[in-house]
Amino acid sequence: MSLTLRALLKSPWVFHLSTGSCNNCDIEILDCLTPRFDIERFGMRLAGSIRHADVLLVTGSCNRKSMVRVKQIYEEQTPKPCLVIAIGECALSRGLFIDSYNCPLPLDKIIPIDIYIPGCPPKPEAIIAGVVKLINKVKGTL
Amino acid sequence: MAKSVITIGPYHPLQEEPELFRLTIEGEKVLNIDVMVGYNHRGIEKLSESRTFDQATFVIERICGICSTSHPFAYTRAVEDIIGLEVPERAKYIRTIVAEIERIHSHLLWMGLAGHFLGYNTVYMWVWKLREEILDVLEALTGNRNNYAMFKPGGVRRDINPDDISFVLKKIDGILPTIEMLKKAILDDPVLHARLKGIGTFTREEAIDYCALGPTSRASGVARDVRKDTAYGAYDRIDWDMIVTENGDVFDKAVIRILETYESVKIVKTCLQNLPGGEIDLNITSIPPGEGIGAHEAPRGETFHYVRSDGTNRPVRHKVRAPTFMNLPTLKATVPGCTISDATIILAAIDPCYCCTERMVAVRSPEGDLLYNGDDLVRLSQEKTASIMKRMGIK
Ligand code: SF4
Repeated sequence: MSLTLRALLKSPWVFHLSTGSCNNCDIEILDCLTPRFDIERFGMRLAGSIRHADVLLVTGSCNRKSMVRVKQIYEEQTPKPCLVIAIGECALSRGLFIDSYNCPLPLDKIIPIDIYIPGCPPKPEAIIAGVVKLINKVKGTL
Repeated sequence: MAKSVITIGPYHPLQEEPELFRLTIEGEKVLNIDVMVGYNHRGIEKLSESRTFDQATFVIERICGICSTSHPFAYTRAVEDIIGLEVPERAKYIRTIVAEIERIHSHLLWMGLAGHFLGYNTVYMWVWKLREEILDVLEALTGNRNNYAMFKPGGVRRDINPDDISFVLKKIDGILPTIEMLKKAILDDPVLHARLKGIGTFTREEAIDYCALGPTSRASGVARDVRKDTAYGAYDRIDWDMIVTENGDVFDKAVIRILETYESVKIVKTCLQNLPGGEIDLNITSIPPGEGIGAHEAPRGETFHYVRSDGTNRPVRHKVRAPTFMNLPTLKATVPGCTISDATIILAAIDPCYCCTERMVAVRSPEGDLLYNGDDLVRLSQEKTASIMKRMGIK
């Protein structure tokens, strides 16, 4: 494991990117930060800009307008290594928007994804469990 | 002084949803505002037309996560309007209960985010902690924290278990002291007074001209609320007050939302205590040809749905008008003239929800002919996807 990756796992800062979601997944992410779940105790916090973040949380069924921007954000603005987490059915497979005229591609055809958290929306517990699994996976202990 | 332009978004830490604001500024002063949306458009109206009437309820629910009761409420009312039937009394009460609990959760969510926008993170954390209690109630009643799937044309999908009633009443009573404390903390705070009073004032005339809805219009003294204006659900069987204030500034919009939370608590409690017995669902088997409209007062204002049926099991046309669609243009009246630091909270004060608002536009020539028909749009859409994929190097 590279030094940067090891340092990243200690206290991953997350950036939340909504690519055309219904808001519920985004609200559940914010919920994780508030007192009941409080993931800040694990050193995770919401970063204001992707340039400060180690982990990208992507929600929503990428539509035509956001597709280009998501790719741009990931390729041009994100410092690497960066872990990408897809949250919610929409980001996994487009969910029930799979037939929509404005959602042509699933997210993992656009940017590489490290872990998928299913649910519509996933509960905050599921999001936390997913992040822990990702960290363990990267550490090689899973 | 030279003019410059500030762009906020589309992916900005302040906003949950992607949208782009362009503020034209001169020094500190905002001269003009331009809003660009479309990052959330998923073609829900079209999707709903490809589902059966029952399935469409689930699609409609996912228009917006915060209003996942309001849209189905308006939609089922539109379908029931086609058939011309009244849902059973118990279903009406259950619908009202879920809708009002959702209003409490939505207003609390707004309060928290508004605190966050103002840099008052204590309020944000307190309110969101309180909101969890409401989500517990929703989970107990509907089985889900969000996207409740309670509604279906003709009634509700799930009954309220008598054992749950005491739990819900206890929880709701339990949050009242905290709301009271928050009300005092927010409304008596001299810093918030200085920060919010007289900011982004929206006059009564403007509210009428812009057709503003919900708390945005009620804060300016326009007493308009679908729950009072048309009798539906259990709203006409219960005693509750419409909250109206006069000043139209950001502070008044906050006051409206806080006081409405109390009214919603009152409505939920009365409904639970007087829950009538009987059927919860009419088991509709067919829907005749015709058209119907349905409206519901969502936390942000009136949601309006139009459904046309041709006698088959799918809607031929489904039109949705969400409240933010009407409230967003009001920024043109409130933002110009303010300073940049006030602009954020004025933008947030209408409690915007962009995922409800985004629309596809059909293009007409000045003579009124449609320049694009359905086939043209499909062709355009395929060409555009192909070109994006080519540009991005996706096979
Ligand atoms: S997965 Fe479900 S909750 Fe999440 S954005 Fe999509 S529709 Fe909304």
